[in-house]
Amino acid sequence: MEGLYAFCVGLLTACGIFLALRGRSFSVVIGLTLLSYAVNLFLFASGRLKLNAAAVLGESEQYSDPLPQALVLTAIVIGFAMTAFAVILAMRARADLGNDHVDGTLPTLPNDLQQKSGGNQ
Amino acid sequence: MSSLIWLPFLPLLGTLVPLLFARFSRTACAFATAALPALTLFLILSHSGDIFHGERFQAAIPWIPAIGLELAFRLDGLALLFSILILGIGLLVILYARYYLSAQDSIGKFYAYLILFMFAMLGVVMSDNLIQLWFFWELTSISSFLLISFWGHKTEARKGARMALTVTGAGGLALLAGLLILGDTVGSFSLQDVLDNGDLIKASANYPVIVVLVLLGAFTKSAQFPFHFWLPNAMAAPTPVSAYLHSATMVKAGIFLMARFYPALADTNLWFLIVSLTGLATFLVGAYIALFQHDLKGLLANSTISHLGLITLLLGMGTDLAAVAAIFHIINHATFKASLFMAAGIIDHESGSRDMRNLNGLWKYMPYTATLAMVASASMAGVPLLNGFLSKEMFFTETLHQASLGSLSWIIPVLATLGGVFAVAYSTRFIHDVFFNGEPINLPKTPHEPPRYMRVPVEILVALCLVVGIFPSLIVGDLLLSAASATLNGPAPSYSLAIWHGFNYPLLMSVIALIGGLFMYYSRSHLFKFQAQFPTSDPKLVFESVIQFLTNKAARIIAATENGSLQRYIFFVLTFAVIMTASSLMKLNTTAGQRTEIPLDALSITCAVLLCLSALATVIWHRRRVIALLTLSVVGLIVSLAFAQFSAPDLALTQLSVEVVTVILLILALFFLPQKTPKESSPRRVVRDLGLASLIGGVIGTICYALMTRPLDTISTFFTENSKTGGGGTNIVNVILVDFRGFDTLGEITVLGIAALGIYKLIARMRLYMPSSDDSGLPWSEDRHPILLTVISQSLLPLALLVSAYIFLRGHNMPGGGFIAGLITSVAIIQQYVAHGVEWIKTRIKLDYQIMIGSGIGIATLSGLGSWVFGHTFLSSWFDYFYLPVIGKFELASAMIFDLGVFLTVVGATMLILANLGQLTTSERPVQKEHD
Repeated sequence: MEGLYAFCVGLLTACGIFLALRGRSFSVVIGLTLLSYAVNLFLFASGRLKLNAAAVLGESEQYSDPLPQALVLTAIVIGFAMTAFAVILAMRARADLGNDHVDGTLPTLPNDLQQKSGGNQ
Repeated sequence: MSSLIWLPFLPLLGTLVPLLFARFSRTACAFATAALPALTLFLILSHSGDIFHGERFQAAIPWIPAIGLELAFRLDGLALLFSILILGIGLLVILYARYYLSAQDSIGKFYAYLILFMFAMLGVVMSDNLIQLWFFWELTSISSFLLISFWGHKTEARKGARMALTVTGAGGLALLAGLLILGDTVGSFSLQDVLDNGDLIKASANYPVIVVLVLLGAFTKSAQFPFHFWLPNAMAAPTPVSAYLHSATMVKAGIFLMARFYPALADTNLWFLIVSLTGLATFLVGAYIALFQHDLKGLLANSTISHLGLITLLLGMGTDLAAVAAIFHIINHATFKASLFMAAGIIDHESGSRDMRNLNGLWKYMPYTATLAMVASASMAGVPLLNGFLSKEMFFTETLHQASLGSLSWIIPVLATLGGVFAVAYSTRFIHDVFFNGEPINLPKTPHEPPRYMRVPVEILVALCLVVGIFPSLIVGDLLLSAASATLNGPAPSYSLAIWHGFNYPLLMSVIALIGGLFMYYSRSHLFKFQAQFPTSDPKLVFESVIQFLTNKAARIIAATENGSLQRYIFFVLTFAVIMTASSLMKLNTTAGQRTEIPLDALSITCAVLLCLSALATVIWHRRRVIALLTLSVVGLIVSLAFAQFSAPDLALTQLSVEVVTVILLILALFFLPQKTPKESSPRRVVRDLGLASLIGGVIGTICYALMTRPLDTISTFFTENSKTGGGGTNIVNVILVDFRGFDTLGEITVLGIAALGIYKLIARMRLYMPSSDDSGLPWSEDRHPILLTVISQSLLPLALLVSAYIFLRGHNMPGGGFIAGLITSVAIIQQYVAHGVEWIKTRIKLDYQIMIGSGIGIATLSGLGSWVFGHTFLSSWFDYFYLPVIGKFELASAMIFDLGVFLTVVGATMLILANLGQLTTSERPVQKEHD
């Protein structure tokens, strides 16, 4: 099971980073969301995987590590705030700059594509 | 002596005084400004008797003792001497500047800078801690920058100030490095510990590095060759500044540093070589250049360089007597040079020129000032019966006793005499060219005597030159002795301060210097002709071109690396990160650890496959944004299932509710963003990014696997054991959040609140146009609020709120709590927004989400503060069990109030973000047809 779990974490990381390296704000936001899933799973796994061992006293015979859980719980909520901030920033950037590029200068595209790329209003 | 701590801060308080008094008359302002430094000087002098008896005052307030940070001051002989110079000459300069500055100059600003500098300088000489000393050292650089650039409308003032700051600032950085290594070597940043461990330092392998770095700081500050070029350019400052900074105080800070660390660093061959050779070179170069200056202040500046070189040379000689001579010359140079600068300022002020080719025969116009200036420059030349003569004699004596260059040691006294010849020559030039030598040429003003009180500071200083020259031991004997013993960190050697030592070599050298200097001045026309053959190079231009060269290089490197692409920066950072982690992973012998793995089951495999497929689908279809969003939400759901599977019910609930909120947020955002991403990455870039992403994914996966298969050594047993007894709850995760680590949670909800408010501000002035159709050109549905959704959501609301309340109340003992309850409530309210629209909600639910965030954080903080009332530490929780009929036994815990704060903040923040974003679609705004 651990191997499968680790594979999933690795895959989510890879997908998240690939998307974060794209040149448009929305792809970056999606990528960061994927990456935060991976990070949360990773941090959670540092308490080791246990089945039927909720960290509630009296509910089970052994308890999973509650500390990473507490950390990840706040991380999920803060992660939401971060995603929200990033996405609003992306919208504001589009409103103020007229496009959703985050890759420096505008890429050289054929005219018709350029027009479709979000530089229009 | 606890007042010692506050003593240096009196002038700092004084920086405000001139700003407050500037509206009154200039005299009032000057007197008010002088009050606090005068008080400080008085307080310091009141301790002088004890210091002369060998006492040393120290006081410290610890700050972070573990890393040696403290506020520590000391008052010993050396600090006393420098404090008197700083405050005494500072007071004279305040009086002088009152007459020097014109009506257009803001005298309040000038005095404020001056006092700030005075404070910084006092801090340097009284510091008893290395880091603190450095801090004040840098403050002198900054405040002197402000003073040099006081006439900021002049180009040369700005350039001179920049140059001084660059050179002394760079030296300051070297000094910091040196002091850090020094403190590390000794194991303490306390000055006294450093001074007492001289042998340890000199034996350490770090010693050469420390010496070079500390001396770099000292040499740049004290304008030693080859860093001397900034001082003449700093002459663009108003003359009171030059008199204060560039004769008596700031340039002496480097000398002070060498004297201060003399017991710790001096007395080695390395020290001797660097310090004495630098001093000798500076002494000669300064004296030579001074002779050929036409600007009065230029002559004085270069002569200052020369005298600083002389003091440095003395400090590098390694004998105790040479150190005494150095201290003595510090006093003497400060008195005659400050008075000469002031005299030069008077001449400039009353005649309108500083050019010695035009200034001639001023004796007729200002005989009184001329007398004063002549006495001071005679002292500079080393004429008997003046203080300059005494220390120069001591200097000559010490050069004769030097044997460090072996059989070539005779060079030092010969070169010292040569320097003396030049000193006499430029002093003679100062006297003869300015006050005699014919008639003034084309002066802008007819020269006349200055106002009475402008001359007073000069009179006092010149009087000091005379009395010290005639009765040396009576006037400065005690001060010199205590300063010398403080410098040596031990008893001072015996020496005599008499004027007449009989016929000996030093006297002969003085006579040669006097006669040779006069002869040199007499035949100056040949020398000037000879000098004119050299190509002139302006150090300012050289400096500017070096700076320009560096700026251009830096600009080119920046242009090559920083092209504004965020992706490019992330790429670099990630590449570096993967190299760092991968290289340490390679040291691990096996990937798998000892721990037995959980066997696989069909459900987990199915979920994992689904997760991987949806993640890949998100990547593959990321350009069709709505689809990517849907597949992304599948990933999120499976992640929450994973939390549920691996015994983290709280996380599963949180992830699930956050997932809902996130997807609603992203769909709302997508409404305003392009629906599709055009294909624009080159295949090469796709391959590059794929490669890096897979590499990092592989590394992270490996770490994760290696981590999970190794035994766990956790600190959580403490939480498990104390959760019920100490925190009163059985849900350990919740007890950690609201009790054990409650302070962290308080911080996190504050961050959440700040993020929400930031988003609110970003939305508030957003001007986005709403697309009137989707990306395939179809108009939006007319049915904005489907009746089915409206009815169901309305009936769901009370149920959802009930569930939320239940989750909240049981949170302390069962999975749940403020975070989750808050998210569920938010989802329930958002559902109403979606079903009915913003206008409908606004008339029915009147909630101010900003106030909600504020009160949430407020309640959480107050519940923490509440424990203070009962004498407990911040955020300790209280709980007890009660019994009520019908309901039965129940628990009340103060942690619940804290959790209520968390709940309110989460609801407030989530709703502030989503409700305001949703509002964008409804308010009256221009609608423009989208083309894509």
